[in-house]
Amino acid sequence: MSISTARQGHTYPPAPPYQVSRETIREFAVAVKADHPAHQDPQAARELGHRDLIAPPTFAVVAAQRAEAAVVNDPEAGIDFSRVVHAEERFTHHSPITAGDTLSAQTTLERIRVMGSGAMVTTRTEITAEDGAARATVTSSLLVRADESEEK
Amino acid sequence: MTQPHRWDELEKGQIIGTRRIELSRADLIRYAAASGDHNPIHWNERFAREVGLDGVIAHGMLTMGAAVGLVTDWAGDPAAVVDYQTRFTSPVPVPDAASGSPQAPTALLEITGTIGKLDPDASTVRIDLKVELLAGEERTRVMAKSQALVQL
Repeated sequence: MSISTARQGHTYPPAPPYQVSRETIREFAVAVKADHPAHQDPQAARELGHRDLIAPPTFAVVAAQRAEAAVVNDPEAGIDFSRVVHAEERFTHHSPITAGDTLSAQTTLERIRVMGSGAMVTTRTEITAEDGAARATVTSSLLVRADESEEK
Repeated sequence: MTQPHRWDELEKGQIIGTRRIELSRADLIRYAAASGDHNPIHWNERFAREVGLDGVIAHGMLTMGAAVGLVTDWAGDPAAVVDYQTRFTSPVPVPDAASGSPQAPTALLEITGTIGKLDPDASTVRIDLKVELLAGEERTRVMAKSQALVQL
């Protein structure tokens, strides 16, 4: 399997809708050791002006990675997941992800930069709420390491 | 709501805080479950070695997610973090504890947040995060260009 740039610019179908519950936010917050009360106590979140519990700043990765899977699993892109290293990540938040949201996430393969027999693959995932409100833009870059066995 | 930070008290170069975060094998399993990222390099020693690592490493997204807690607490509202980006420069090995509980931490991170830029027109503060892996006397930076933009 080798990397192909043919899919550069391609937008994949959105991942199945992702429902954000209070418990998913609480579990994620505990997992990243985010102890702000707005992730645990709905009253604390309301006092800050939010409708319900709000997600920690990197929570969007959960929905984003489900959509990014379309790229990794695309035979035409030719990415060997076992050789992938996470290189860069960026979250741009348009409005807070809140408990009760149903998120839609759709990934575009922005760029494939071939470097030797490896490559840097950059994806952009747009995350929106049920009513179409933009929640976050997640940009992720994966370094696909060269497979030495192919160079024989 | 009272403004937690006054513009005239903030300046570029100011340190907003430092915190240390310990990671254990149990933390990696917890993050895998909460995020849906079940890549075995984060929990299976044999698999990690087979793909060329020295052993199990933390999810980059766990380190990124844990590091920003310093910023959300400083901002007072996690939703104030409107943009957050990083580059992953070095893996964070989390060895199996030599004895005792898998809950025992085997990696120690130190996070320092510094005001990198003030934009009074946009009412934003850029916090630059230094994230280091501490091992004895040795310090290794595991993230670079790690910046969180806070809307005040």
